Amino acid sequence: MPNTGKIVGVNGNMLTVEFTGAVTQNEVAYAILGDIRLKCEVIRVRGNRADLQAFESTNDIKVGDQVEFDDELLSVELGPGLLTQVFDGLQNPLPDLAERSGFFLQRGVYLNALDRQKTWEFTPAVKAGDTVRAGDKIGSVPEGMFEHYIMVPFGWAGEWKIVSIAPQGDYNIVTPIAKAENSKGEQRDIAMMQRWPVKVAISCYKEKLLANQPMITQTRSIDTFFPVATGGTFCTPGPFGAGKTVLQHSISQNAQADVVIIAACGERAGEVVEILREFPELTDPKTGRSLMDRSIIICNTSSMPVAAREASVYTAVTLAEYYRQMGLNSLLLADSTSRWAQALREMSGRLEEIPGEEAFPAYLESRIAEFYERAGLVKLNDGKLGSVTIGGSVSPAGGNFEEPVTQATLKVVGCFLGLSRERSDARRYPAIHPLDSWSKYPSVVDNAKLDFARNILRRGNEVNQMMKVVGEEGTHINDFIVYLKSEFLDYVYLQQNTFDEVDGATSLERQKYVFDKVYQVLAGEFKLTDRDLARRYFLELRQNFIDWNYHKMDSKEFKELEAAIDAKMKEQIKNA
Amino acid sequence: MRKVYHKIIQIQGNVITVEASDVAYNELAEITTSRGISLAQVIRLQDNKVFLQVFAGSRGISTQDQVRFLGHPMLVSKSQALLGRVFNGRGEPRDSRPAINDELIEIGGPSVNPAKRIIPRNMIRTGIPMIDVFNTLVESQKLPIFSVAGEPYNQLLARIALQAEVDVIIIGGMGLKYDDYLFFRNTLDENGALSRSVMFIHTAADPVVESLLVPDMSLAVAESYALEGKRVLVLLTDMTNFADALKETAITMEQIPANRGYPGDLYSQLASRYEKAVDFDGAGSITILAVTTMPGDDVTHPVPDNTGYITEGQFYLRNGRIEPFGSLSRLKQQVNSRTRKDHRIIMDTMIRFYADYKETLEKQSMGFQMSEWDKKLLKYGKLFEAQMMDLSVNIPLEEALDAGWEILAECFDPTETGIKSDLVKEFWPNKAKSTDI
Repeated sequence: MPNTGKIVGVNGNMLTVEFTGAVTQNEVAYAILGDIRLKCEVIRVRGNRADLQAFESTNDIKVGDQVEFDDELLSVELGPGLLTQVFDGLQNPLPDLAERSGFFLQRGVYLNALDRQKTWEFTPAVKAGDTVRAGDKIGSVPEGMFEHYIMVPFGWAGEWKIVSIAPQGDYNIVTPIAKAENSKGEQRDIAMMQRWPVKVAISCYKEKLLANQPMITQTRSIDTFFPVATGGTFCTPGPFGAGKTVLQHSISQNAQADVVIIAACGERAGEVVEILREFPELTDPKTGRSLMDRSIIICNTSSMPVAAREASVYTAVTLAEYYRQMGLNSLLLADSTSRWAQALREMSGRLEEIPGEEAFPAYLESRIAEFYERAGLVKLNDGKLGSVTIGGSVSPAGGNFEEPVTQATLKVVGCFLGLSRERSDARRYPAIHPLDSWSKYPSVVDNAKLDFARNILRRGNEVNQMMKVVGEEGTHINDFIVYLKSEFLDYVYLQQNTFDEVDGATSLERQKYVFDKVYQVLAGEFKLTDRDLARRYFLELRQNFIDWNYHKMDSKEFKELEAAIDAKMKEQIKNA
Repeated sequence: MRKVYHKIIQIQGNVITVEASDVAYNELAEITTSRGISLAQVIRLQDNKVFLQVFAGSRGISTQDQVRFLGHPMLVSKSQALLGRVFNGRGEPRDSRPAINDELIEIGGPSVNPAKRIIPRNMIRTGIPMIDVFNTLVESQKLPIFSVAGEPYNQLLARIALQAEVDVIIIGGMGLKYDDYLFFRNTLDENGALSRSVMFIHTAADPVVESLLVPDMSLAVAESYALEGKRVLVLLTDMTNFADALKETAITMEQIPANRGYPGDLYSQLASRYEKAVDFDGAGSITILAVTTMPGDDVTHPVPDNTGYITEGQFYLRNGRIEPFGSLSRLKQQVNSRTRKDHRIIMDTMIRFYADYKETLEKQSMGFQMSEWDKKLLKYGKLFEAQMMDLSVNIPLEEALDAGWEILAECFDPTETGIKSDLVKEFWPNKAKSTDI
């Protein structure tokens, strides 16, 4: 007999319910509206009344309508078959929903995330009598290109002894494949699928390690200047139109991660559609398979219910953690965490909590910190390494980085890729600001050279500022050349054409190679004495480099252009 | 026969509270006052108290007036008979012809399943180079025009509407000046487009809250037409008025304001409207162009700011021209690779030079000596403004691209443009000598 209650208030997507039995904070409840059941989550209890956030439109609900409590926290299904799927924020598979309800998302329709009929070829890895703990591998199934571990459910406390395990063979995800017993003699079944509450981090690993290995994104300004670490965190704040989403798409396609989870959280549906339709067509150069084979898309776009938007980032990070448990490197890209924060704000407003800055709730910072802390490089129980890398885009109101979400995010991430309007207006993409951004992770190129390049950028900017005051004619030729060098670095290295097949993705090897060449120019002593000639020389050199960037590294043209560049450099550089 | 309630226990702003039972959230009610009948919508339920937002405003409502609940939310007809008609913010005819009450549908329906959307692929040609070349408009795009009051944004909307190849035009006016309403109607009429248009017009003289229904009605009708396979263009003007009406209600309901008095859910509210723009997999499409006036020309004002994060780009209208900076069509990549292969490079190069030109202008205004390079940029800027930015220019995309090459060739040599050499070979106008790189 489920615990029930009666609705006594409706305010937007918040329902107030009078209940009799016991309710649990964050448990799932269903509002019964005729023959549809609307999913909700308990977010506050006061006396015999509970406030619920509804994951659906609350239209037509009346005072007196029935509510059923589910006694389970908001959870997701974990098991083979997650990859290549497209879910909403509550893990409903969207293509299946479309098949069932057509063009629109009908409320109250919930489907299983994982196919119950499909069978997987299971190979056991333990035998009866073995002792295991939560998160230990008891067998595996092939899922696309990965060996998908079947693990002891993450919520099981203490040590368990395997009583029986199924032999190699095809099983579906709900059939028990093993039986285990704990020291108290309690016996439980293990199936391939398990459930896990999304707001709780999966922590069945030995220890968390320092993230200091770069995760190659193939975006030059990131890998070289502001690197991201495997198991690290980064954020990309920027005003609208600065290219946050294009940058995230580019990272999702080119990053060297095993599993990529894209959480489209409160953003445009059109952007998700691009991923949905394009990913199956694109090949992952690393594996030669479709990009979709390594991706999961969580899609709760801006017009979908707000509370589900709040849940969607947790759903996404839980899936990322699940694959980390198999010794894989997962990358979670959340676009945008500001929308998620706004969902918190909306609920907080309905709950009439005392607001913090810009009406965001006082617990905003701790929630953001909690979320990013779920990233990390970990050593699993079997000694393997696995990681979750989190990249969140932030959409600050008015493009002002002083606002609460950006500030709270900056406190907890390891890398800040600040996108600037100024750069995007000048079509300098990616618009990652080379002076404002920072990263605490090690770069892929030599540090001394990098510092030198950074210094050129800084000084070039100073000279540019100065020139605005004293004019070009008042600028010394040496300063002017520093300015030209900084512009050169910007154009040929920092700027990158995401939409070009070759220029859009620069491998680690190529970055090192090209950066060295660029460095020779930056460090070069020039014979030039005339400003107009100097400008012209650099424009020509820049042109050569840009052409060079567009050719594959193993092509004939690459070699030819390189020779042309070397010759050009010899013309004017004293020490070339 | 539904029950009639007489006990209004609170009147505040445009919201009244009655004690009633068996009332559904979001349902409509009729309030009979001495002035006539006014529509209201349930916006909150709390125990036996029902909060109603009165569309005509609460002025003149007496505590003993009758409230009758209708048992359904706001409905609008999706009939073909709507074409050529004009309605007000409550969905009643404004053109003294009979009301249309068949094929009624609920407004503000559920969101489209992203899995049923397709990637937009058709360019909408407008004949305006600043749009066609630099920020191509794409079918199913949602795009606002940011401008200050006084700019010719309604003229721009009307011009795009008439030149765009669409099946149905729906105009949703919120707080529209009566003159502007007549302008739209007459322009459509003169160009023979009225018979494929539907207008929902809330004028500045109508009660503010009534404008809240306009986007939902316009988009519900658009959606049903699109499902029948039609390509629909929805013009909304001005969404800032809509947001202000939201603000008014939120404050009355004692919601904690997030930013400059606007409610915390402003983003979600705007998004649920704009996201109706769609290209259906297997049916028609909805394209939304909306005007958002920026109070004080401030793009960081909550309304334009939230809008910018929702829409697929924006056009800035300033001094009667579409600004090249800030203006953006996020969907242009979907189509501009298939128009002509020099499209993208012309687009990027010309904007970059225009940015440099602006910098040079700044230097010039500070009295610095102009270098050779600066002089080239100054010449370029003038040509660009006259031949590309002027809104009176009306040429097809291909001619505009050719004009772009001409301007570049007149001011620079190929090396200075940084354009890939193979494109230079193919497109650089012959009269200027093409130096090999």
